[in-house]
Amino acid sequence: MMPARRRFTKRVATSFLLCLPLSLGVVTSAIAQTKGRDVSIGLQAAITSMDPHYHNLSPNNSMMLHVFEGLIARDENQKLKPALAVSWKATDDLTWEFKLRKNVRFHDGSLFSADDVVATLKRAPNVANSPSSFATFVKPIIDVKVIDADTIVFKTATPNVLLPSDLASVMIINKAYEKSTTEEFNSGKAAIGTGPYKFGEYVPNQRVSLKANYGYWRGEEPWDKITFKMLTNPAARVAALLSGDVQMIETVPTADIAKLSADKKLSLVDKVSNRVIYVHLNQSTEKSPPFVTAKDGKPLEKNPFRDARVRKALSMAVNRDAIVSRVMEGKAVAAAQLLPDFFYGTSKQLKPVKFDPEGAKKLLAEAGYPNGFAMTVHGPNNRYINDAGIAQALAQMYTRVGIDIKVETMPSSVYFTRATKLEFGYMLLGWGTESGEQGSAMRSLLATFDTAKGMGVTNRGRYSNPAFDKLLAAALVTMDDKKREAMIIQAAEMVMGDVGLIPLHYEVSTWAAAKGLKYTARTDQYTLAMSLKPGN
Amino acid sequence: MLAYFLRRLSQSALVLLAMSLIVFLGVYAIGNPIDLLVNPQADEVERVRATVALGLDKPLYVQYWTFLKGAVTGDLGRSFVFGVPALDLILSKMPATLELALFAMVLAVFIGIPLGLVAGLKPDSMVGRGIMAFSIVGFSLPTFWVGLILIMFFAVQLGWLPSNGRGDTVLLFGVPVSFLTVDGLSHLFLPAVNLALFKLSLLIRLTRAQVREAVLQDYVKFARAKGLSPSRVIGVHILKNIMIPIVTVIGLEFGSVIAFAIVTESIFAWPGTGKLLIDSINQLDRPVIVAYLMVIVTLFIAINFVVDMVYSLLDPRVRLGQAAGAGH
Repeated sequence: MMPARRRFTKRVATSFLLCLPLSLGVVTSAIAQTKGRDVSIGLQAAITSMDPHYHNLSPNNSMMLHVFEGLIARDENQKLKPALAVSWKATDDLTWEFKLRKNVRFHDGSLFSADDVVATLKRAPNVANSPSSFATFVKPIIDVKVIDADTIVFKTATPNVLLPSDLASVMIINKAYEKSTTEEFNSGKAAIGTGPYKFGEYVPNQRVSLKANYGYWRGEEPWDKITFKMLTNPAARVAALLSGDVQMIETVPTADIAKLSADKKLSLVDKVSNRVIYVHLNQSTEKSPPFVTAKDGKPLEKNPFRDARVRKALSMAVNRDAIVSRVMEGKAVAAAQLLPDFFYGTSKQLKPVKFDPEGAKKLLAEAGYPNGFAMTVHGPNNRYINDAGIAQALAQMYTRVGIDIKVETMPSSVYFTRATKLEFGYMLLGWGTESGEQGSAMRSLLATFDTAKGMGVTNRGRYSNPAFDKLLAAALVTMDDKKREAMIIQAAEMVMGDVGLIPLHYEVSTWAAAKGLKYTARTDQYTLAMSLKPGN
Repeated sequence: MLAYFLRRLSQSALVLLAMSLIVFLGVYAIGNPIDLLVNPQADEVERVRATVALGLDKPLYVQYWTFLKGAVTGDLGRSFVFGVPALDLILSKMPATLELALFAMVLAVFIGIPLGLVAGLKPDSMVGRGIMAFSIVGFSLPTFWVGLILIMFFAVQLGWLPSNGRGDTVLLFGVPVSFLTVDGLSHLFLPAVNLALFKLSLLIRLTRAQVREAVLQDYVKFARAKGLSPSRVIGVHILKNIMIPIVTVIGLEFGSVIAFAIVTESIFAWPGTGKLLIDSINQLDRPVIVAYLMVIVTLFIAINFVVDMVYSLLDPRVRLGQAAGAGH
């Protein structure tokens, strides 16, 4: 006779084993069902909130565009197009007039009007606990005047050419929810927008479900229900697509692109993005910058990076084509400036610096370093596509021109803090230009560092060129679009000729979808359900 | 008994305090979360505003003191990234992790111990040797790789099971659980197997070693001589006597399964606390990291307490409250 405990254990084990085939049988049939007009999309980065004014973060901004809209929208090349505003113009240097769209309804049925814009502008810079607020976009507006239900006038303190572009990032909320907290948006109570989809469910760090807004003013969307799943692990994301759990994924891992392209059940699209991978050279110190020494380890007499010839040599030593084809497996475009040349403010004359190791050695000798020097290449290892691989490739290229190299990569949580404190000499970095025009990118990365004026905020190289600063500052207050573009192009040609920083390449973003779905790729790397349509 | 309990409680409080201090200092030393959170296109004014909003402009000891004051009332700060109270965030994800951990431990215990018994009782047979070979494979293969293989095979190739996420949940005593629905079980199965594999192998080997030792003891020979049936000898005498080290290991491993199911949760996109922790570390979301570690330490302390209680039930010689080191 078996003791009761042992018999119980045996019973439990047996019944468990018997249950398995039953559950598998039921499960198989469940997965085989298709869902009609429902779609699941796998995202690479998690969003942090459903409050459109809480966190100025790309994944959040991309998600918000489904439920909310701004006065202005950006198309797949980041060009501005009308959304809740039908037209806008600068009536003088300090005044902008926006004409609003009529007969647009929020998800709760209320009519959109200028009062909602006023409420939005009050709320956007003041959300509690915001780690990165929208204040920068809204601050320049010092006065708001509602002329009538669909005309609104903004006054700025100084000429602000980027106001329409900045407002494209601010989502309009319903005035009834002006005082709502982030928690109320996360639960859906306040997440009432005018966008093509309505809030369904938000599970932090896991998924977002949305349902169609059948009364959307732009017309009917192809999807009834969308589920966004946050699949940060790249292998899991690919597996989810292959097993049919999701019908589209973003950020296909480079190593899997070849295999997925060959798969008949999938279609891949890619597009060059607004993200440039570049190198900042630390010019802040008189003598040796950190981690740069003579070959025998002694500090150098003067900072080699302050010499334009050395910077040019370091740019010529880089074989951009090899990085693009070998490290990035073709998913990159060699860069000559901060944005691909179809963006506003980019020069069609600038071409990527030619790979010329002999020329680089000659320039280094001219500058007084015939035997080179020693430096460490620093970069992140979990932030940009193949960042660690790029750093190593760069190191090998510099060894060829006679520079002794060490490579050090680290997680972004450590890297960016130290890079901002200028603890490195040669820094691998990336920059995604949200405004879609080169002037603001140059202002952040290349203008002389001046926190009071808000210039050069991310100029970690501390590059400083007064002539360039003057030209750029004048361009940024020129309201005429054509004149301003010519000035920005001139400034870009000046600063790239002087090698203010070393542009390497623009990242190409890849999306993979099930056959029968077509995704219109975007330069801002956003994944929008509105750009996904059935068809080929 | 009461004295013993109070002593344990005060020891636990000290451990918690030390842990919070270490983590606070540690995360502070890694880097500045502002560099990761604030949009790089924003200006200096925005950086200063964010720094003040998150309380990072104050000196470290002031931040720690504010944290301690809040901790006593149950407020462990607000997540820098999500803006919601850190403790709420962790507790909302705990049920998923606990469910996965429990399911994995159940698999490991109910498969591992019987297999270990068989391997111990018949060490030189094909079955016994086969089980031992399996256990070596089980703890040698990296969890990451096994998880991917399971997904590849069962989800992608065969399409029997979903590749990620948690299934439908129902409320059980107010806590959402997914093992009561078929969809939930199908999502739970692969991650639980992935997590259980290592523990399973460990338990097989441990049980086998214990059984090999027990079978040679005099009391087993005596029980056999007395004429007791083999199932009674194994099930009552041997099993009960080998349980103490096994219970210790189960307790420790259960704690580590809950705390560090990170790899499995990442691969299977299981919405638990492990995934939350690794993301928070990458983003330097200090309130969540500290809150998480405090919750885990509390859990470990509770599990160890339960294990000690179970000792006293299993081994009548053990008296709680004796000098440290009492019991086996």
